[in-house]
Amino acid sequence: MSDSENNPAFNYAASVNCMDQRPAAQSQIEGLSPLHHADLATVAKAQLGQAGTIQLSELKLLGHIILRGNLDNPGFTSGVQLTLGMALPGTLQMVSDADISIRWISPDEWLVVVPGERSYEIEQALVNNLQGHCAVVNVSGGQTILRLEGEDVQKLLQKSVPLDVHPLSFPIGKVVTTVFAKTQAVISRTGNQQWELVIRRSFSDYVWLWLQDCSAEFKLVISE
Amino acid sequence: MFYIYCPHCEEHREEEEFHASGEAHIPRPLDPESCSDEEWGEYMFFRTNPRGIHHELWVHAVGCRKFFNMTRDTQSYLILETYKIGEKPSITSAAAKLQAQTKVQEGV
Repeated sequence: MSDSENNPAFNYAASVNCMDQRPAAQSQIEGLSPLHHADLATVAKAQLGQAGTIQLSELKLLGHIILRGNLDNPGFTSGVQLTLGMALPGTLQMVSDADISIRWISPDEWLVVVPGERSYEIEQALVNNLQGHCAVVNVSGGQTILRLEGEDVQKLLQKSVPLDVHPLSFPIGKVVTTVFAKTQAVISRTGNQQWELVIRRSFSDYVWLWLQDCSAEFKLVISE
Repeated sequence: MFYIYCPHCEEHREEEEFHASGEAHIPRPLDPESCSDEEWGEYMFFRTNPRGIHHELWVHAVGCRKFFNMTRDTQSYLILETYKIGEKPSITSAAAKLQAQTKVQEGV
């Protein structure tokens, strides 16, 4: 057992360094999505106004923060509630409020997605508000989110994941980490015909190619 | 293909998401320094290979990434139960033998 586990008054904030991972405004370095090379914006512009049965958009450059902690630790749960204004979701659940969402990843792990420009501020607030044995890790650079919307998305997912995506077993608000094609994705149903995939940046090109290939029989349209 | 119940995700998932990690319930010697070579070798390398009920360690590798235990029949491939680390199995080969014996005694 580590010191932090033995000591409930362990000061987490004093034990970690929290740094802004985004390039400074005056540095003139532009943050780029891992799908930058696919130039989705240009494709979206060309396809503007087209109706598709699958609409793909990238929710890029968001702040992704991993929270690790124990639900038995009130200093952790209340700290999250205080900082994010919502409680940690239970098993396989996702909660969202305005522009912040929390996905359940495992019994002691959650993914918090926040607007990119607020990620440093929220990460700092979490580090300062959480107490006891826990961890806050900014993984924004490591993953990105794809949003799929439309009547054929369910069929596309049926071709890509080894689990049942019927509304009865995959209702709105459920989140699941599973195999997606030959990679993995954190898949959540955010609407009746709307899904979000959290994917690894190193696999984003593979997923992008897979989605195009997989939706050849449907009508895939890129939207901003 | 197995269809495995993850005790952490609390639902059944395809085997594709899991990875088997060998025999379960192998305690690491409390003081490795004072182990004889034989004791350490037993712990490190030797595993049982039962015909019938077997307890295995599995990990939900593409999922919650948590380890858990599974009681499985190596003959029928039937998964009898899955349970979290630290919990005791409710089905053991000793208990199964006892049950079979009582059945014989009762003339069933």
